Amino acid sequence: MTALLPVAILLSSLIPAGVTFFLAQDSHRLRNTLSLGGATVKLALIVVMLVAVGQGASYEARLNLAPGLYLLLRIDALSLLFMTLSAVLWLLTTVYAIAYFGTKAELSRFFGFFSLCVGATTGLAMAGSLITFFLFFELLTLSTWPLVVHKQDAKSLAAGRSYLTFALPGSAALLLAIVWLESATGPVLFTEPPDLSVMPDSHLRIIFALFIAGLGVKAALVPLHGWLPGAMAAPAPVSALLHAVAVVKAGAFGIVRLVYDVFGIASVQDLGLGTPLALLASVTILWGSVRALQQGEIKKRLAFSTVSQVSYIVLGAALAGPYAAIGGLAHLVHQGLMKITLFFCAGIFDERAGAKRIEDLNGLGARMPVTSVCFSLGALGMIGLPPMAGFVSKVYLGLGGLQAGAPWVLGVLAASTLLNAAYFLPLLYRLWFLPAADAATGDERAPLLVAPAAITALASLAVGVFAASALSPLGWATLIVTREYLP
Amino acid sequence: MTPLIALLALPLAGALMAVAVPHRGARIAGVVVVASAGALIMLVAQWGIPHAAPGGWGAPLGIMLEADGLALAFMAMVLAVMAGVCATAAPMRELPTPFWPLALLAWAALNAIFVSRDLFNLYVGLELLTLAAVALVATGGDKALAAALRYLIFALTGSILYLAGVVLVYSAHGVLDVSLLAATLPAPTDRVAMGLMTAGLLIKTALFPFHVWLPPAHAAAPAPASAMLSALVPKASFVILLRLWFEAMPDAADDRLLTALAVLGALAVGHGGIMALRQTRLKQIIAYSTVAQIGYLFLVFPLAGGDGAAQPWAAGAWTGAVFQALSHGLAKAAMFLCAGLWIIAVGSDRLEDLRGLARGLPMTAMAFALAAITLMGLPPSGGFTAKYLMMTTAFASGQVVWALVLAGGGLLAAAYLYRPMGALFAREIPAFTPVPRYLQAVPLVLALLAVGMGVLSDGLYAFLQLGRPGTAEEGL
Repeated sequence: MTALLPVAILLSSLIPAGVTFFLAQDSHRLRNTLSLGGATVKLALIVVMLVAVGQGASYEARLNLAPGLYLLLRIDALSLLFMTLSAVLWLLTTVYAIAYFGTKAELSRFFGFFSLCVGATTGLAMAGSLITFFLFFELLTLSTWPLVVHKQDAKSLAAGRSYLTFALPGSAALLLAIVWLESATGPVLFTEPPDLSVMPDSHLRIIFALFIAGLGVKAALVPLHGWLPGAMAAPAPVSALLHAVAVVKAGAFGIVRLVYDVFGIASVQDLGLGTPLALLASVTILWGSVRALQQGEIKKRLAFSTVSQVSYIVLGAALAGPYAAIGGLAHLVHQGLMKITLFFCAGIFDERAGAKRIEDLNGLGARMPVTSVCFSLGALGMIGLPPMAGFVSKVYLGLGGLQAGAPWVLGVLAASTLLNAAYFLPLLYRLWFLPAADAATGDERAPLLVAPAAITALASLAVGVFAASALSPLGWATLIVTREYLP
Repeated sequence: MTPLIALLALPLAGALMAVAVPHRGARIAGVVVVASAGALIMLVAQWGIPHAAPGGWGAPLGIMLEADGLALAFMAMVLAVMAGVCATAAPMRELPTPFWPLALLAWAALNAIFVSRDLFNLYVGLELLTLAAVALVATGGDKALAAALRYLIFALTGSILYLAGVVLVYSAHGVLDVSLLAATLPAPTDRVAMGLMTAGLLIKTALFPFHVWLPPAHAAAPAPASAMLSALVPKASFVILLRLWFEAMPDAADDRLLTALAVLGALAVGHGGIMALRQTRLKQIIAYSTVAQIGYLFLVFPLAGGDGAAQPWAAGAWTGAVFQALSHGLAKAAMFLCAGLWIIAVGSDRLEDLRGLARGLPMTAMAFALAAITLMGLPPSGGFTAKYLMMTTAFASGQVVWALVLAGGGLLAAAYLYRPMGALFAREIPAFTPVPRYLQAVPLVLALLAVGMGVLSDGLYAFLQLGRPGTAEEGL
């Protein structure tokens, strides 16, 4: 049983993916049943596991590939945090995608890769060893490409090429780092931190830099973020998933694993790597916000906002101290909920009202009230307005900065909050207070598009309001930090 | 007749029958595939090292045949590729009649090389293979003749060099059996002999800079023949190289020589990759990719043959190289078969003519993509397992430069394989002749096998250790 559950969770995405590829274009019902069924089954399995892991159980499955090379799926509290997020958002995004695409072409390919992409994310979450992590990391890279180029026009293909141009050298760096480390320490399990004393410090620093380069491409750390804004050419459900849970989060999650479970926060500090990483994250936070301010397209603005927000997680990991760790981990979920809301809404604005640029938002609040409320909730959360989710993350990160003896973090957070307000508030102002253009149209008679956005918007409010509960992301993050990092 | 003998006799008998009944070539090949699969399953199921001494004479008087893990794994790969080749070639009416006997003859020669442990016997197999391969290129018609002739000249030069080396070995030791040679004392002429044989084999394996015959020959042959030529033929001479260096004369190794082989390999990776980037026809891209992929194989010499400190990992490097040869064979065959189907569909293999074809023939596009993953060495695939094993050795033994070659080669592969992928995924909806789904499934199965090698690699790894030369662990 303990080995079966992780495998079953993985298969709940991979089987629908495998079958969907071979479905005829017009078998909509079967395809939708497969995707939704897989997502529901997965969610149910995860709930079972959440209960068990909350009580201290852990699950493990293993497949040998060669001596010293094996796949290890292992479920701990941290994997569950990421997995729950990915499973919930997969279900909602699938509903959204089915409504979004209707009966357009090439849907079997789309939903096949979509499920594969989520399967890869789940695998990443469950990976118990570095090489397993790498395996799913690559599966994610490859299964995302067909989604990015889904429209198959020149713009999407260019975006896809730029994505691979960043991602593949990134994975080469990651593989070199992993193999270099493992050639000295043997296979690295996340449960047993490797003995780093066998390697000289200078080598360890290079390895760490290679790791950050490899993971940083996905996490869109400046200057490796160049592919992300272009990837906006993808259809809205893809952007939503990409920005909330799939690709950028995989990078951020990897950095958390690297800092805590591979090197260990103490070694990272001893090697003098924590502060540079925190600085890199801070630069990304500020640079992403500044660039977001300059964008006239809604989706581009959101994309640069992702660049900025994901680095909160990295910042949390880089600062030594439980508060920062809790803040970063909670933000992994918080940012996912808020950002997916924003992207869902941006997709609805585009699809139902043809609004692509920020000027097109003028006066849409009256015509599309539900969507606009959701969008506003997401935006306010990003700014960090109490009691929204983003506020909770920022408070913990700020406390973490003080605890780690890095008060400058407060300055970064304050500046970022101001910038967030500067690029989000004008959008809200346009939505609610500016008159609509005469020729403006738009409605939200698409319940299956609006419902997922409403759910995630409410969720991002709820996780902030009920942050004190043990079941909230913050509560779970606290459990992880107390259980695993402060024994 | 033991299953081991059957594996040699079946394709040979098939070749003769296909000469006698030319219009039944495809059917005969089908029977050979099925019967060989049965024989191979029997051998693998024994999980041992079957021997055979035809005529009842053992070495040194007679010839010993021995199917260790290496030989059986290669024979299985060849069987899979041949099954794919036969399935796609059978409905192709325009293939000239000599195709079937030649293909079966090449198959017999390949199997003979894998199980032979006698240097002269290996030479006979190699000659048979070369002649069949050259003739297969020539089945491409008038435009292929120049390429075939160039191939012939290179291949015969290689044969002469190899044969000269064999003569030197025989005059010095009086035996040619690989195991017996390993037990003899080194002779002063060994270096020269090994040099000659290696040079001859490098030409046949198409290692840079002896590769110039390969791209035109592989691009000019009909697609099913190209699949065999690219996936299988260079592997035979590589296996002989492994047998020579790791089994027959490990003492002849010298650090500088081993490094020189790997340097040539690294240059092949770079040169093949860059040339592949510059081609506009798909078959030429795939052919140059073979040049690059063969380069990886030669990294095994310093990696598995390096100093003693690398010991625990060296077996990994040797197995990694074998994984690379096997998975490349499957993936490359899948690619050439895809190219063949696309030529049937749109009548050309120019990249601009293939634009948008993923819509029309999605299964072949998937097959090509999966094969590309193996060639890039991304997980999960046989190519990845190979790369991981070799890279680990490179770091463990302090030969980091070879790890960089592996990583850089993967990126180059991604770059040159992206171009056909990008073309396939373009938005255009091309006019094309439909291809039956079962034909599209053939390359997909081969590509899935290459990927599957990376998922179920544990069993294969253990199997390859059957009869693995001790030198692959102790260093040369």
